[in-house]
Amino acid sequence: MTDFILKRVAALLLPFIQMYGLYVILHGHVSPGGSFAGGIVVGLAFIAFTTIYGLKKGRAKISEKATALVESYGTLWYGLMGMVGVFKGAPFLANKIAGIDLGELGALSSGGLIGLIGLGVGIRVSSTMITLFFTMIEEES
Amino acid sequence: MRLRTLPMLLILLLVAYVVVVAVTELPPYGIAGNPVHNQVSQRYIESAWEETGVLNMITAVVLDYRAYDTMFETIVLFTAVLAVIITLKTTEREGDGK
Repeated sequence: MTDFILKRVAALLLPFIQMYGLYVILHGHVSPGGSFAGGIVVGLAFIAFTTIYGLKKGRAKISEKATALVESYGTLWYGLMGMVGVFKGAPFLANKIAGIDLGELGALSSGGLIGLIGLGVGIRVSSTMITLFFTMIEEES
Repeated sequence: MRLRTLPMLLILLLVAYVVVVAVTELPPYGIAGNPVHNQVSQRYIESAWEETGVLNMITAVVLDYRAYDTMFETIVLFTAVLAVIITLKTTEREGDGK
């Protein structure tokens, strides 16, 4: 696609869309939203970029190696966060029982492990969207 | 009409009747005394904020009370991507004759 207007509008909007997605992921525990919704917003920003600017430029933004890495270690990150509870002598994926400081209610750092787990899930969901899209579009070309 | 069609139709109608009767026996939607409003949701509503420290109650349920469920949900995503890659990804190997 070589539409001038589309490219300029995308260049203006996509950074903000991506920042908004990251905001939704990071504030999943203090605002409406969450890691699944935010991850999809981040992934869709990449997908929109690739559909507008073409496959080659899209692949230059996020390489196959990067998606494969995030794809694999995103799930492992969740398990590692669960193991924090085990190392503190509490059940797997324990949060308050493991004695983790929950912080002030409503602050970004509140919730102990929940924010970190949410970050992992969000990155995971966005990489799933990107990988599925790239796998299908590279098959066609 | 084959011989097996009539008994099958009867069984189908019987099952449909049972389903319709079961649906009419359901409690009306949104009444406070319904069986779904038990002590589990009561516990979440009353003490989710002090047990998890987050304001968003949905996040508290998804990432704390039901953390196992969400973990395997991410593994389901992983498996879906794996299946798509296995079926769709074509890599050209040497000596393939392509």
